[in-house]
Amino acid sequence: MADIKIDDTVDITDVVCPVTFVKAKVALEELEDGEVLAVKMNDGEPVQNVPRSIKEEGHQILKLEDNEDGTYTLIVRKVEE
Amino acid sequence: MAFTNEQLERYSRHIILQEVGVKGQKKLLNASVLIIGAGGLGAPAALYLAAAGVGTIGIVDADEVDLSNLQRQVIHTTNDVGKAKVKSAAETMEAINPDVTVKTYRTFVDSTNIMDLIKDYDFIIDGTDNFPAKFLINDACVMAGKPFSHAGIIRFKGQLMTYVPGEGPCYRCVFKNPPPKDAVPTCKQAGVIGAMGGVIGSLQAMEAIKYIIGKGELLTGKLLTYDALKMEFHTIKLPKDHHCAVCGDEPTITELIDYEQAECDLK
Repeated sequence: MADIKIDDTVDITDVVCPVTFVKAKVALEELEDGEVLAVKMNDGEPVQNVPRSIKEEGHQILKLEDNEDGTYTLIVRKVEE
Repeated sequence: MAFTNEQLERYSRHIILQEVGVKGQKKLLNASVLIIGAGGLGAPAALYLAAAGVGTIGIVDADEVDLSNLQRQVIHTTNDVGKAKVKSAAETMEAINPDVTVKTYRTFVDSTNIMDLIKDYDFIIDGTDNFPAKFLINDACVMAGKPFSHAGIIRFKGQLMTYVPGEGPCYRCVFKNPPPKDAVPTCKQAGVIGAMGGVIGSLQAMEAIKYIIGKGELLTGKLLTYDALKMEFHTIKLPKDHHCAVCGDEPTITELIDYEQAECDLK
């Protein structure tokens, strides 16, 4: 898979549910349709819930990378309603 | 305007909602709502609008907090008895949410001041307890092109409807004229169950919020009635009256009217 151009990144490892998703959602709303966001999150609850919530909002999950340090990076393409 | 981490947390349950999101919460923070009456309806409406982060909330009332108010006017406390209602309400709202700017107007609305009071606000909430004020608010909002929420409560019953300029009927399309003095008892004479203000006033706050964020359907062209004893809500469809004296095709009311208050309500 070719490298994906990342337009913005947001770190949600410093907050807990539900602000994890809120912070990611705020970052997504700042982007234009089709732009790509990288979301750095902790393993566990955020990895289980944040990708699902983002998907439910209609955005496209491109991939989830294991950073092998207890964090993951979710790559999302913004899909405008 | 970027949210602080504190605001992200405060409004997280709103921002999570697809219908609100960041855009809707920003709309709320930039919006202004005027609440006329800091009583049974105005109290819960003011509390929820302040908590929701409506950026500017105006509150109009000339009265002081009375011990008999506290059974339903949940924005005031026992310590506030004797204090101006607008001051007591402002203190509670500011304590709930420092993001909110509260403007207080210690006056009763009448034909001389209402246009000036409503002119800077996006949405008006009628939380008054008498027909002269209700017709005055309706006529002023029609003339100024302002949306507003009408509500009334008595005993175990409540009702509300929403007026949006150009969409559906106004209060006068439905009710024409105030009833004769003393034909309809007031809360003071008839009583009202305290939680009724909570139900209907909260619904008024809900209509204001939906209007601001631009989502869902409003009670335009509809009157919602609530009977607490039967635990029944009904929605009645109401057409616009093209012969309405104030919002009709050829309005005959072109100036605001100060109807007489029933004797028993005057102090």
